[in-house]
Amino acid sequence: MTPSPPPDNPTQAAGAAYAVELVGIDKRFGPVHANKAVTLRFAPGSIHGLVGENGAGKSTLMSILYGFYQADSGEIRVRGEPVRIDGPEDAIRRGIGMVHQHFMLVETFTVLENLLLGAEGGALLKDGVAKARAEVEALERSFGLEVPLDSRVSDLSVGEQQRVEILKALYRGADVLILDEPTAVLSPPEVEQLFQILRRLRAEGRTVVLITHKLKEIMAVTDRVSVLRRGEVVAEFDTAATSEQALADAMVGRKAALAVTKGPANPGPVLLEAAGLSVVDARGVERLKKVGLRVRAGEIVGIAGVAGNGQSELLEALAGMVPVAAGDIRVKEAVFNAASPLDPGKARALGIAHVPEDRLRLALVKPFAALESAILGYHRDPALAKGPLLAWKRVAAKTAALMERFDVRPRDPALRSSLFSGGNQQKLVMAREMDREPDILLVGQPTRGVDIGAIAFIHEQLVALRDRGKAILLVSAELDEIMALSDRILVMCDGVITGDMPAAEADERTIGCLMAGIAQEAA
Amino acid sequence: MAGVAAGTGEEIPGWATALLMPALNVLLALAVSALVILAIGENPVEALRVMLVGALGSGGGIGYTLYYATSLIFTGLAVAIAFHGGLFNIGAEGQAYLGGLGVALVCLSLGGWPWYLALPVTIAAAALFGAAWAAIPGYLQAYRGSHVVITTIMFNFIASALMVYLLVNVLIAPGQMSPETREFDPSLFLPTMQEMLAAIGLEIAGSPLNLSFLLALAACALVWLLVWHTRWGFALRTVGANEDAARYGGIDPKRMIVVTMLLSGALAGLLGINEIQGVQHRLILNFPAGMGFTGIAVALMGRAHPAGIIPAAILFGVLIQGGSELAFEYPTISPDLVVVIQGVVILFAGALEHMFRPAIARMFRPARGRRVEVA
Repeated sequence: MTPSPPPDNPTQAAGAAYAVELVGIDKRFGPVHANKAVTLRFAPGSIHGLVGENGAGKSTLMSILYGFYQADSGEIRVRGEPVRIDGPEDAIRRGIGMVHQHFMLVETFTVLENLLLGAEGGALLKDGVAKARAEVEALERSFGLEVPLDSRVSDLSVGEQQRVEILKALYRGADVLILDEPTAVLSPPEVEQLFQILRRLRAEGRTVVLITHKLKEIMAVTDRVSVLRRGEVVAEFDTAATSEQALADAMVGRKAALAVTKGPANPGPVLLEAAGLSVVDARGVERLKKVGLRVRAGEIVGIAGVAGNGQSELLEALAGMVPVAAGDIRVKEAVFNAASPLDPGKARALGIAHVPEDRLRLALVKPFAALESAILGYHRDPALAKGPLLAWKRVAAKTAALMERFDVRPRDPALRSSLFSGGNQQKLVMAREMDREPDILLVGQPTRGVDIGAIAFIHEQLVALRDRGKAILLVSAELDEIMALSDRILVMCDGVITGDMPAAEADERTIGCLMAGIAQEAA
Repeated sequence: MAGVAAGTGEEIPGWATALLMPALNVLLALAVSALVILAIGENPVEALRVMLVGALGSGGGIGYTLYYATSLIFTGLAVAIAFHGGLFNIGAEGQAYLGGLGVALVCLSLGGWPWYLALPVTIAAAALFGAAWAAIPGYLQAYRGSHVVITTIMFNFIASALMVYLLVNVLIAPGQMSPETREFDPSLFLPTMQEMLAAIGLEIAGSPLNLSFLLALAACALVWLLVWHTRWGFALRTVGANEDAARYGGIDPKRMIVVTMLLSGALAGLLGINEIQGVQHRLILNFPAGMGFTGIAVALMGRAHPAGIIPAAILFGVLIQGGSELAFEYPTISPDLVVVIQGVVILFAGALEHMFRPAIARMFRPARGRRVEVA
């Protein structure tokens, strides 16, 4: 169980025993030392996990392997042969493929057209298309990657889109497939399907590198796992010989708290109530169907459900972000409906804070300095103004204090928001929304893409806010998170609330059935 | 590490972005222009000398250069403020044209007011008329989804037709053929820079440069304060960078779009103060003379920041003034060639702005072994 030291002898002859070797890779971005002489070796026909906190250097390392960045020093070897990778084209030529966390697909193209991109094969598409179709169909069969080739990508589910990405990499001859946080957007059954695909790839002798935060997944599917911390490989394990706890400890460099500790809830009056709430999306589809719920002061209400079953719409409707087609929202004493709609400004004035599911789309402005993002939604606060002008010095001081309290790194209020890692962006948003001691906190996917140390911190903060008598509505795709944090659990399926139970009486199986819309005879 | 994701490009220092890149772009534009001048058999070095001397070599030349720059600062600011709100206002030309109409109507009706009393009214009229002309495209963009680029271009044509109609049929001074109004009362004329400096004992050569130049500088300071130091400016930049985040932040993007277009149009309209009350002293046809369009290049080159817009406006002022001197000195060089030179500068400074970026980024990258195999 003790971490074995990482292989650190770059001169050691490895030969073709490894599909890919990264030897002594070093990379700096200005003052940030992202990778410190990292050495990693991926065996052919294996699934190799790469874990580490946000900012540990995983993505930088893989970007170097894929040619987006060049290492300051170090060597990349493919099948024992030193190579130079100056861009993704080089990587693809060497048989290295990458599936990004954010898909790189043309939504208006069909699957086949997306696969052809960059490999059109001549001036006329016709020949290339026919050839590609045959090859892709063969690939689909051998790896169990069924995707409808003639559907538009925009019509596919997230899981299917990911399969298109994998197919794209394989179609270009990828022997080594890097997947960056592939499960962040998938529902549990989709995750299982993905793992089946990865296992088949391994069986065919291909190499899979899996970057993830989720230790459960590392345990479930990998053969070997490397742990990065602060740019260094701090441990390597055979998966069979390690445990989640050992990995978590290696990641954070100390004993990591995986469980949430919280006392019993002490619910007060109802602060937020929805009755008969319906939301219709831009395409005229009813996403939320006559939903009713109540959130009391001093309790956390969790909403479980497979992504895309109306939870997002519910959260956004309660925050005033999407218009309501029917039904009422009651915030304390104020009632809102289609005729007198709630908007985000009014919601904030009533003491609602909102940590949205998609922080990059809504909660931060990427080109803004952190201190500017830190006042989004609160820029009219008189405490931050000096007459008609914004008091930037005070804003900077405020941001520095928020960063200190929520351990946002680096602690630089002037740094551009987009340059923070996902976890630190999330902590900044959390800090901004929780700092005002809101009476009601709406929070979506609080720990998506956030590392283990930060997850525990965010969970503690949420529980502490509850204990201060605030009402919290939590939407999360992580059933574990819902179970750990909630005092009451609602389950949503197809825009309807299919279950409502105290957390103490909830078990994973019942909730799983309700999420899938299966009637509750089992319970 | 998702923040430092691939494709964001390498960072380069701010001063290089602000100074080095525009300088390189201008040099390259001059080099290409030199080839054109060589091709028609003239000496490019000599031509450049004539241009620079014409624009900067004499008090009068500098006056003309700054007079052009004044108009360009107004239109440049107009385009820039719309940029910050995520809008591309191509209609500064038409908005400036209408702004001039507002100035003229006020001046024609105020008779013998002294200029300093009339100025607040003419400024208000210029801003109001310019804003009104931008209001319709702004409304259509915000509430009807008609793209502001298309509608502002169309409004330039409408402005042009409207002014021809007004000057030929309505506002034309009686008893003459040329489509222009009567001259304003001389008491309304804005003081020229020559007059102003003479009052404090400084002698400079005569030129159209007038009080509006100071007004333009004040507008720069106000825009800077507004965009970077007020809540409204924060809201503006949020809408421009991410409309969804703006909505999340309790900002109404539709309202912001309309208000931004109003402000943009108002700034463009102020060109009328410089041209009509400052120089022409009557309303004439086509007085904006393309300054609205050149203002787009000024805003691009000045990175939509007043501190960049002022030098960019002066640069284009040099090109306009030096260019007319050039055409005057060299019978072989037609005024059209000057337009070509300006076009090349716009091409390199605006459209090809990022051409040198990767090379400069490489220059600033740490020198030590950036290649992987240099182990």
